Amino acid sequence: MTAVWPAIVAIGVGTFLIRFSFLFLFEYVSEVPESIERALRFVPPAVLAALVVPAVVMVDGSLAIAVGNERLIAAGIAAIVAWRTENIFATIAVGMVALVALQSLI
Amino acid sequence: MPSRRGSFGAGARAVVPVLLGVIPFGLVAGAAAVRAGLSGLEAVGLSVIVFAGASQLAAIELFGQDAHAAVIVATALVINLRMTMYSASLAPHFRGLSTRLRAGLAYLLTDQAYALSVARFRTDEDVDRAWFYLGAAAPIWVVWVICTVIGILVGARVPDSLPLEFAVPLTFLALLVPTITDSPSALAAAIGGTAATLGAGLPLNLGLITGAVVGVFAGLLIETGWQR
Repeated sequence: MTAVWPAIVAIGVGTFLIRFSFLFLFEYVSEVPESIERALRFVPPAVLAALVVPAVVMVDGSLAIAVGNERLIAAGIAAIVAWRTENIFATIAVGMVALVALQSLI
Repeated sequence: MPSRRGSFGAGARAVVPVLLGVIPFGLVAGAAAVRAGLSGLEAVGLSVIVFAGASQLAAIELFGQDAHAAVIVATALVINLRMTMYSASLAPHFRGLSTRLRAGLAYLLTDQAYALSVARFRTDEDVDRAWFYLGAAAPIWVVWVICTVIGILVGARVPDSLPLEFAVPLTFLALLVPTITDSPSALAAAIGGTAATLGAGLPLNLGLITGAVVGVFAGLLIETGWQR
């Protein structure tokens, strides 16, 4: 087995430095450049979509945009709930119930 | 001036629905770690020291495959690079606070605490920002660590028929939808998601960061094109 503790500590320290980066630097630079600020607006939609889309359209490492992909359908239903309610718990609950129901049907 | 306690309470109330998404994520992080061969202490250490779910799950998978430590560390950090941008986005709001306090706020930075805080800071001036952020971020840490421990104890006993891990993309989906406010942000999401999918086979989990960068540039290009 890989040396687990050194790896955990290295990931922890590196992740902290990433988190602290601009929270630390911002006291020494007057302001975030306007171009960076404009780009930052697109970070949440781009990163969150990059986390969501592969998780629902990929099955066992290959693309599965088909009726047989229960996760894709359940996520589609959950997306409608998210859009209409903007409620996180409702989105998760409906998505989970939809997936379990679809898996028992298909 | 808004009170600290009131702002902390507002953050804590805002985070409640998010915690319901953190619970299954934390359970999975604990259970997956022991299933991959980590000890209970190592699994808790991962949640306390790293405290970043997506990178933990990737690291756990690689530990299980007996990957080289350098590959594990690099993969986890690439996944967490997105938080550089969260840090830059939050920095103006926490200007003037002590370095020690900002270090503490940084340690607690997560996708969820970031998304809740910027959404509130954009619309509500009447809140103590550091305390609102703490109110949102600290409960996530508490629930994360507790659920990791429960996940370790329950471990392999969770039946595979219960697709707990699906709560993870659902949480991100619920956070994603409100960030799409206009056509450039919608295209940033669409192109970012597509690029991440196409890049899913890239080594070191570079698909996620590729999707993020491509999506941000797509949003910028579209917005700039519109202004002309």
